[in-house]
Amino acid sequence: MKYLKIPFYLALMAFIVAAPFLFPAFKTQLATLWLMIIVALTWDMTGGQMGYNSLGNIFFYGTGMYVCAIVGIGIAFNVGEYTNASGGGIYTFTDAQYFGGVLLGCLAAGLFCSLMAVLVGFITFGLRGPYFAIGTLGVAIAAGELVSNWEWVGAGQGIAMPVYPYDLETGKVFFYFLFAGTGVVLFVFLSWLYRTRFGAAINAIRDDEEKAEAMGIHTLRYKLTAWALSAFFVGVAGAISAYQLIHFEPLETAYQTINLGIFMVVCVLLGGKGTLWGPVVGAIVFHVFKEVTWNYLLGWQWVALGALIVVTVVFFQDGIMGWLRVKKPEWFGIRVETSSNDATGAAR
Amino acid sequence: MTVIIETKNVSKSYGGVVANKDISISVESGGITGLIGPNGSGKTTLFNSIVGYHPIDSGTIQFENQEISKKPVQEIARLGLLRTFQQTRIYGEMNCVENMLISLPHRKMTMREIFSRNNRADYEQADRLLEFVGLYEKRFLQSGSLSFGQQKLLEFAMALMNEPTCLLLDEPTAGINPTLINGLIDRLKRANSEFGITLFIIEHNMRVIMNMADQIYCLAHGELLASGPPSAIQSDQRVIDAYLGAH
Amino acid sequence: MDKIIGNFGLLLEFPVVNIKILLDGLMIGALFALAAYGLALVWGVMNVKNLAQGDFVIAGGYVAWWLHGFGMPALFGVPAAFVVLWVVGYVCYRLIITRVIERDLFTSLLATFGIAIMMAQILNLLFGSDTQSIKLPYETLYFFDGFVDVPIAKLIGVCMAASLATAVVLFMKFSRMGQAIRATSQDARAARVLGIDTEKVYSFTFSLNAAICGAAGAIIVMVWLIQPFYGITYAVRSFVVVTAAGLGNLPGVIAAGLGIGVLEQYGSHIFGIGYQQAIAVLLLLLVLVVRMLQQRRSRQALK
Repeated sequence: MKYLKIPFYLALMAFIVAAPFLFPAFKTQLATLWLMIIVALTWDMTGGQMGYNSLGNIFFYGTGMYVCAIVGIGIAFNVGEYTNASGGGIYTFTDAQYFGGVLLGCLAAGLFCSLMAVLVGFITFGLRGPYFAIGTLGVAIAAGELVSNWEWVGAGQGIAMPVYPYDLETGKVFFYFLFAGTGVVLFVFLSWLYRTRFGAAINAIRDDEEKAEAMGIHTLRYKLTAWALSAFFVGVAGAISAYQLIHFEPLETAYQTINLGIFMVVCVLLGGKGTLWGPVVGAIVFHVFKEVTWNYLLGWQWVALGALIVVTVVFFQDGIMGWLRVKKPEWFGIRVETSSNDATGAAR
Repeated sequence: MTVIIETKNVSKSYGGVVANKDISISVESGGITGLIGPNGSGKTTLFNSIVGYHPIDSGTIQFENQEISKKPVQEIARLGLLRTFQQTRIYGEMNCVENMLISLPHRKMTMREIFSRNNRADYEQADRLLEFVGLYEKRFLQSGSLSFGQQKLLEFAMALMNEPTCLLLDEPTAGINPTLINGLIDRLKRANSEFGITLFIIEHNMRVIMNMADQIYCLAHGELLASGPPSAIQSDQRVIDAYLGAH
Repeated sequence: MDKIIGNFGLLLEFPVVNIKILLDGLMIGALFALAAYGLALVWGVMNVKNLAQGDFVIAGGYVAWWLHGFGMPALFGVPAAFVVLWVVGYVCYRLIITRVIERDLFTSLLATFGIAIMMAQILNLLFGSDTQSIKLPYETLYFFDGFVDVPIAKLIGVCMAASLATAVVLFMKFSRMGQAIRATSQDARAARVLGIDTEKVYSFTFSLNAAICGAAGAIIVMVWLIQPFYGITYAVRSFVVVTAAGLGNLPGVIAAGLGIGVLEQYGSHIFGIGYQQAIAVLLLLLVLVVRMLQQRRSRQALK
């Protein structure tokens, strides 16, 4: 297995780079797939690895969008006036303003979301299990509702972002690579993070938080750190989405609690909670399923998605990787001997 | 010898039930202190009060001359005062080595060390301590599949891994195969003498505790009944009465 | 901001406005309490935190509205919704809930979230996304020179809610099934040992909960508005009520339901109607924080 690893990753990288050119008709689809992978991976950081099942991580996606928009527009124009005019036509961005806005917007979105994760986490991490899930869901819904009443950022109308200055197709490639780059960085980051002592500590929190506390682990600090790291990447993904979608509004696009907000959870469950590859596999399976069935269901697609959620949760909660893990533990480098030869006693 | 844990007039009640009333004890640094008493006499409540598991109603608790009765569990644990649970608590999904590695003392680590992998020394230490408690052969078994007694030993090893100054053990021999008890007594004594860890032990097995402890406190009905060296406790009529239910 | 201060000033300037808001709040709060009672029942008996609660309410409303469209008197919509939602609840239980009861709480939360999404979307496909209501042919009573208006329809709604609640409480107290339900909620294993068919108790409880919600929805459609996607807010309100009141505390549930109704009415009066949903959710967060701080005092976490 081991000597195959490097060629495998090289081939994978080559494929990631070549994908938008191999399938030119699906550039936006592929970019969205990366978005799914990113949000699934970040959800798994707290949900799968730390045992804190958030239903409100979409809060960071929406907040990232808005922060990015405010920064990206704000470096060139007055945001309030811009949104009042619905951004239409009057405002043109130079190349420097556009790309500077993308860069600064993404960074600001990530950092601001990390900050929000710490602030919100101070409250929500006092909640456990279902209360945490409901509390975070509440935060996401409340944020969406409040923003949709906030005139300065366009209230319910949302914000129209500047348009990519060159032709449409290069724009699609541009956004593909922004998402893919973020996704790859995130994946590499996580594959390192989960092997550190920090990774072990958040696993300890998942398995028995009270014990972890009794062993003197700074549980709150670790939980906040994990959520802040996760929020950073969701914020960046939201920021890229803001530019990619050109126009977004608060309830249906930014704080889309029942769409992307729940999809990320389903992706992780489908792929396998608490594994590195699970969220990736789950996001791919989910996204392909969604895109393939979408056009044939004639309006019933959302019902089908609801059904998929229920079926995944009820019948297939260990997910694809969880199932493989039981079947082929050696693939995961797990050394667990299941049978013991002398069960009579430990101490000799 | 200096006093490491000192409680003064600690009281704790649940609803109307008084679990601890005006308990004053002191545990000497570097020794082995025992806590005995019939079922329901408030031993575990006192442990929970000391490690900060619940707030106490009145009194003071000091650890190394520092007031800890207002502190939460994790802060007290970070001072080096650790406890094991009567019903063992281990990370059942992981194997023994992983359990040990998670128990590394995070309080002593820098940011950089927390965000790096376990090094060779950590693995060696884990192996050494598993060897010490006699679980070395089983180190790659899923810890949840171990027997109750083995899990207790693992929990003890995890506590040692955390390098505490003082360790509170809640019935370490309960559920352990009687033939292994002598080995366990030996290990507890060695933990005390070789690693220099102060032990404070709740124990029902009189033979075990009389064998180990320098000083014993006896609780009954939530109150401190008697204290003294094992020989004095053994012959104390009040203790005998309490155990025989003639109270 | 000026608007908010203005609205606030209005309350002080014209005290009768307070009476109107209070009455409105109490009337709508009675319906919240009804749905929350159902949630407390399911939560307490089978430890399932049902996020589809609100969608049962909305579905009940649509049943009544749809039948009313065929010329059926509006008040008959309430028993009709009760029966239809009973069946819906039973089907949900048999297909899904029975498989998640023994699992961890997040599973049931997510599964019921899936049901919620499905139901909202099905309602949307069947009835469209416009807001709907039933206009009842009753007069409106006016007090205080017309400052306070109380439509008789709303009074009827509250009375129906109250009688439904009373019926359920009496049922729980005196019937065989009610006793079995209470026994199961205290200790399911002991109940099983004593020969209670807990599976039957569970399916009955869940169906009963759906039916109560359905009836509440049928009343809501007469006095307020419904829309396929309003469900989640009702689920949130039910959670607020149950979290604030605790399980198995009927007076608490009623008080919390009425309180939330009043607070929401005040909130939307002061901040504007656009904030109504936000206020419901912010109340949830507030209640969670308060409960958390209470727990923290005894060094426990809210779980």
